[in-house]
Amino acid sequence: MNNQNPINQFLDRLSRKKGTASLISSLTAIGIGLVIGLIILLITNPEESIAGFFTMLSGGFNDGTRSFGNVFYIATPIIMTGLAVGFAFKTGLFNIGASGQFIVGAYVAVLIGVKLPVLGGFQWVVGIFAAMIAGAIWGAIPGLLKAFLNVHEVIASIMMNYIGMFMVNYLIKQTVLNVYTNRSLPVAVTANIPKMGLTTIFPGSSINGGLLIAILFVILMYIILEKTTFGYELKACGHNRFAAKYAGINETRSIVLSMAIAGMLAGVGGALFYLSGAGVYIEVVDVMAAQGFTGISVSLLGMSNPIGILFSGIFIAWLQIGGFYMQRYSFVPEFIQIITAIIIYCSAASLLIRNYMELKQLKKDEKLSNIAQSDTADIVNGKKEGGKN
Amino acid sequence: MEMLYLLLRQTMFFSIPLLIVALGGMFSERSGVTNIALEGIMVMGGFAGIYFINQLQSGMSGQLLLLLAIVIAVAGGVIFSLLHGYASINLKADQVISGTALNMFAPAFVIYLARMIQPSGIANVSFKNTFLISKVPVLGDIPVIGDIFFKNTYITTFVGFFILIVSAVVLYKTRFGMRLRACGEHPQAADSVGINVYKMRYIGVMISGALAGLGGLVLTIPISTEFKGAVNGYGFLALAVLIFGQWKPMRILWASLFFGFMQTISAAYSAIPFLLNLNIPSEFFKMTPYIATLIVLAFSSKSSKAPKAVGQPYDQGAR
Repeated sequence: MNNQNPINQFLDRLSRKKGTASLISSLTAIGIGLVIGLIILLITNPEESIAGFFTMLSGGFNDGTRSFGNVFYIATPIIMTGLAVGFAFKTGLFNIGASGQFIVGAYVAVLIGVKLPVLGGFQWVVGIFAAMIAGAIWGAIPGLLKAFLNVHEVIASIMMNYIGMFMVNYLIKQTVLNVYTNRSLPVAVTANIPKMGLTTIFPGSSINGGLLIAILFVILMYIILEKTTFGYELKACGHNRFAAKYAGINETRSIVLSMAIAGMLAGVGGALFYLSGAGVYIEVVDVMAAQGFTGISVSLLGMSNPIGILFSGIFIAWLQIGGFYMQRYSFVPEFIQIITAIIIYCSAASLLIRNYMELKQLKKDEKLSNIAQSDTADIVNGKKEGGKN
Repeated sequence: MEMLYLLLRQTMFFSIPLLIVALGGMFSERSGVTNIALEGIMVMGGFAGIYFINQLQSGMSGQLLLLLAIVIAVAGGVIFSLLHGYASINLKADQVISGTALNMFAPAFVIYLARMIQPSGIANVSFKNTFLISKVPVLGDIPVIGDIFFKNTYITTFVGFFILIVSAVVLYKTRFGMRLRACGEHPQAADSVGINVYKMRYIGVMISGALAGLGGLVLTIPISTEFKGAVNGYGFLALAVLIFGQWKPMRILWASLFFGFMQTISAAYSAIPFLLNLNIPSEFFKMTPYIATLIVLAFSSKSSKAPKAVGQPYDQGAR
């Protein structure tokens, strides 16, 4: 209780910040997820469990600069889909359709990458811009349905995922099919995003300039959400749509724009992945793009905050690389998805942790200022209600 | 005519699981808990039931085995749904996020588990289908109706209709049903007259878990001989059925028949000469159910009759 100490004062101020509470609850969720994951490993395969677990945690350290660089290569598209989910979430919309938006963006980028080498050095830029537009359209459709016809965006965007997947499969067959491998044709050399010097830092890996583009979008989204009136309006709709309406904010417009921007971000993710020059092609199979669903995890773990999404994207990519090397033992990469799901479940429940922290803070304040004991219960409950948002 | 009967029977194979799962979702949402986890629960229930069949099929077969598998699938679904209940009721978590986590967990977990516990080390769980009833005695001789419902059918079809009737009666004609609905419309008012909102919501979620788990099994048996750790978006289609059915049992029946028919067209178009002759690429047939869902929802969502308190955690202290 000696709050005169400057270090204690600093810690006190830090613990009152909302960001700190979010960070601590995210870290707790990660911790619990990892512990449960270890328990699952111990039960299912005791002999290899410890080695497998540490291989997973080692992630990018498993194979020198190659695996370290590949963490960023894997992180690039999922940071974008994470942004796509997180941005919509700020407006109170759950964009589960990043998968469809991702793949339509990927398709138009690949189409331009294969068909338009005449663009020369601009080819990859045009590819990314086209992916932005395609993704935005795909995202705007559930937005329009929600804004004008009250269709639940979760259902609508899932349906758009399926429609997008089948449509892209059809279009690839019509335009850019490699008949021998049943996937898309390789894009022209000029369609690949330049390495921007990153391969000299991480030789042997598939890292490329896409990472910097993703970071650019992270900063852009942070500025839009935190520093502009437009972003404030979007967040106001997310917090309380009725209050926002009362304050004169055009809710319909906010919903449509938010979903369109979200779709655009996921579309860029598709372009960044398939123009990475790492030898990946769109497969003509009835399986949805995994990056879209990973984006949900990235966004939830990053608390829908662009900066948080950047770090959680890298973290999940780290685990995925770890999961790849876990195959040295008799483990399947699905294990990473299990751990991620547990982490998300815990972070959904992290309200409990935040409430607990706020409760502790409150009790501390109470002792200091000697509030009458009788009010305690009311304050605690009042505080809880505030935490719901 | 035989072609038409075939189509209608096929429609049943797709509609019955949708009906069962959507009715499950109805109980959860009517109690005030959004259950987007239906997809994941279906996977868990389907896996539990099919793995049970896989293990016991050397010793037994036929309807008894199927009925036992139904019990196992229901139990698997209930246990898994408790996770959703705990997060949404006790921890007051965001119900959509909790549901999403379960949807992510289930397919990965069953694939991991299948590879670990099956000696072959493969992810798919195979089973022998010994459950087809080629003709129900007496009833199968009724013209038209007998051909559609009582020939080449599964016992699960009748289970589905039985659940529909029980659901309608429970929801509208019993004290429990009325209390459950009150918790989804106005939990504070329900609480003020002595109804335990937490308990009612738990029961709602557990019923949805039981029915979704059953739905996973019912979906897999007629259309496949192995469980691949996925139910192909049926949980989400069931949610669409629930919304289109306006959270009412009989309307849910019609909605599931409609969606089941759409699925049949997309799955069996190549067997229908008329559709095959149109020369439409297969992808467009595959898209049909999803596009139809969007269109139907666009017309039916405006006047949504969703339970008023659905998705909102109930905080007794905030009353």
